[in-house]
Amino acid sequence: MIKIDKLEKKYGKVTALESVSFDVQSGKIVAIAGPNGSGKSTLVKIILGLVRMDNGEIYINDEKLNSHFQYRKQVGYLPQIGRYPENLTVKEVISMIKDIGGGEETFEAELIDEFELQEHLNKEVRTLSGGTKQKLGIILAFMFKKDLLILDEPTSGLDPISAGKLKKLIKERNSEGSTVLLISHIMSEVEELADEIIYFLNGQISFREKVRKLIEKTAGINLENSIAIFLNKGVSY
Amino acid sequence: MILKLINIIFCLCLINSVELIAGIIYVNPKDNSGIQTAVDKAKDGDTIIINKGVYKQNSIVIKRNLTVIGKGEAIIDGSIADGSIIYVESTKVHIKGLFFKNVKRTAIKDNAAIRLNNSEGSVIENNKILNGFFGIYLARCNDFKIFGNKIYGYSKTESSSGNGIHLFRCTTAVIKDNYIENHRDGIYLEFVSKANIMQNHSLLNLRYGLHFMFSDGCDYERNKFERNGAGVAVMYSKNVNMRNNQFHNNWGSSAYGLLLKDIRDGEIINNKFDNNTVGVYMEGSNRLDFKRNDFIKNGWALKIMGNCVDNHFNQNNFISNTFEVATNSKQSYSYFDNNYWSGYTGYDINRDGIGDVPYSPVTLFSVVSSNNPEALILLHSFFIQILEVAEKVFPSLTPETLKDKKPLMKRIND
Amino acid sequence: MFIKLFKYSIRDVARSKWLLLYGLFFLLLTEFLIWFSSDTSRAVVSLLNVIIIIIPLVSIIFGTIYTYNSREFVELLLSQPISRKSLYHSIYLGLTIPLVMAYLIGIAIPLIIQTDIDISILLIILVSGIALTFIFVGIAFTMALSFDDKVKGMGFSFIIWLSLSLIYDASILLLIWLLGDYPLESALIIVSSANPIDLSRIMVMLKFDVAALMGYTGAIFQRFFGGLTGIIYSISVLLIWIVALYFIGRIKFNRKNF
Repeated sequence: MIKIDKLEKKYGKVTALESVSFDVQSGKIVAIAGPNGSGKSTLVKIILGLVRMDNGEIYINDEKLNSHFQYRKQVGYLPQIGRYPENLTVKEVISMIKDIGGGEETFEAELIDEFELQEHLNKEVRTLSGGTKQKLGIILAFMFKKDLLILDEPTSGLDPISAGKLKKLIKERNSEGSTVLLISHIMSEVEELADEIIYFLNGQISFREKVRKLIEKTAGINLENSIAIFLNKGVSY
Repeated sequence: MILKLINIIFCLCLINSVELIAGIIYVNPKDNSGIQTAVDKAKDGDTIIINKGVYKQNSIVIKRNLTVIGKGEAIIDGSIADGSIIYVESTKVHIKGLFFKNVKRTAIKDNAAIRLNNSEGSVIENNKILNGFFGIYLARCNDFKIFGNKIYGYSKTESSSGNGIHLFRCTTAVIKDNYIENHRDGIYLEFVSKANIMQNHSLLNLRYGLHFMFSDGCDYERNKFERNGAGVAVMYSKNVNMRNNQFHNNWGSSAYGLLLKDIRDGEIINNKFDNNTVGVYMEGSNRLDFKRNDFIKNGWALKIMGNCVDNHFNQNNFISNTFEVATNSKQSYSYFDNNYWSGYTGYDINRDGIGDVPYSPVTLFSVVSSNNPEALILLHSFFIQILEVAEKVFPSLTPETLKDKKPLMKRIND
Repeated sequence: MFIKLFKYSIRDVARSKWLLLYGLFFLLLTEFLIWFSSDTSRAVVSLLNVIIIIIPLVSIIFGTIYTYNSREFVELLLSQPISRKSLYHSIYLGLTIPLVMAYLIGIAIPLIIQTDIDISILLIILVSGIALTFIFVGIAFTMALSFDDKVKGMGFSFIIWLSLSLIYDASILLLIWLLGDYPLESALIIVSSANPIDLSRIMVMLKFDVAALMGYTGAIFQRFFGGLTGIIYSISVLLIWIVALYFIGRIKFNRKNF
């Protein structure tokens, strides 16, 4: 599904990504984790085309990315903090993305229902609370069926019930064939959702492991604990 | 052939007989003897009628008091020789309806289409002059009239051109309804007194539309001066009155509607100065009375130098000029009262039609740009406007005494 | 795709209360000058003097703020199947066109309806207003794309406005004062016309103050200010500014890491 080869990015003198290579198989949920500034956001933004890479190659569905944009038809993205055109109403933002996104089958009605957005539909975005904005983001990201879902801290700002609904939604879409890249530092969430974890440190991949296997290997009580144990030992593959 | 010859002889006899009876001499283009012969033949009080046609002649001298009239288009072309076309050296000569063409230009002699010396009581009327070097030139003449002449020149440079109507040491003249274009000066007066200049139209002259030098006690009224180097220049004269004239579109680096230099005692009333680079420029001029003039859309409505004393400006309209008043001095010895200034932004609380705040028409920028002309490119600049505000609050460069203490709130309409 | 985006972009900007205020300001100013000035042509000059300062200021500040605020909007849209080019166009035009509309509604329309304004004066009002909006939104855009720090970007934008509207002319005056003895004509024309605010000002001058300009002795000034040359030159340079800023913005936008 995704193949990344020797990806490099510098911001001025600061190295954000240093020769990063990995691939993700179709239908998997892969978590990308790591401390702040480890390069995970940059990675996601490069995949989305928000940030221009310095070097390296990215293939999505065996197709090489080079500043074209059509591939994004296959990609759904939920940003960490979604901010939207302030003076448009929720309804207008949704119909704008629908207009542009161009898939045939849409799930907006069910999603609006599910996340209880009806009462906000005619409000302008600037009047919304953080959580409601995040819900709007969810609708925009999940409105169409996409081959690839990139979710940046998806549950941040959400109430527990909505967060639960979202996780269910992610699993559902995954079971229907979507590959998911999940950026998160809530390890319980990763443990719950992800098949594999790729851990970034200082712009490089520190390790990559199946979630189950990592917990088994390190005999941690949960994923968070396992990562701590693993990193302290400094074992590398 | 023979018949034709007889016919001509018969005609000549007829002319001669008429001449004997009424004192009229006809001149035809085919007469080989030309106009001079007819003039020499004529006695005092005779009339010479010049019939339609082209006469290539020059230096015709009139020594008796004759009337010379052109009938139809009687063209006298002076290009064959050096000199003026007609010299008048007698009193009471009347020249009417002739068409003069091509006077030789020289650097030595002031050749003209019509030249009068020491003449008295002459009238020059309704002639047309094309490419005269000087048009009508009068020296030491008295009590004459110049009416309705149309004088077209082909002047290119000031030094190689002459004046349309040139008066030297004359008194008591009426110059009326003439049209003069493209000479050095349209009308030039030097040591002239009591000239009355009315309803002339003077345009496209290289130097001045009307020029007074050492000419006292003259009036000019209802004339129109357009696109001259400067409309009117009055220099070294006194008691010149100027009324109801129009000064239009006199553009250029030394272009003025009206240039006043070393003059005193005169009225300047009801004139209109519009679209001139400088409406009125005055230096060394004293005791002049400016009343009810309109200054509209000039670059500078008025440039008044520090050596002007005791001039009065009342009830004039200053409308839409780039600069209203400019001066080179921090002092002003002239007086401005009851004028309308479109730049005035004061208020009139007691509603008596007079602004409650005095108005200073001299802006900082007009001072700056008269010292550094290139600064004009900053006209209307935000930066300049800020400086203007500062200058209004703390005057440092503009003359504090040059103020209209009673600016009018509304323009004066006649 | 551009049309779709443009539609939403313009809808977003058009609802800003600042835009409404901007249009209203012009409307009040114009009405004030129409009612309280006895002399239409000088009123128009005063109007233009305000316009050539206010438009750059509002365009650059509104433009910078809007560009920063639309950062996330851009991110959202860039994650959609959209080319950067069409997004750039929609944002740039979505920003300038509402500003231009506010300007037209506030100034041009009242002048057309309520006064018998000369067509050439109207043309100067339209050309300079529209050109200045495009140019200063372009500058704002470039600044906002060049600095990730909002305060820095705003600061630089403001400094650019201050420089072009004030410091620039002050420097020219200083130059004239210092080098007054040298022939400066051509240099002054070139230097002044490098600044779009001065260019608009020069167009106003060419229309209203030719009589005064003719008073300057220099042949180059005479030729420049005399005929059509000045106007044609001014309009061309304004166009160059617009096109240059459009491309600079486009390249910056294309290379930008969001």
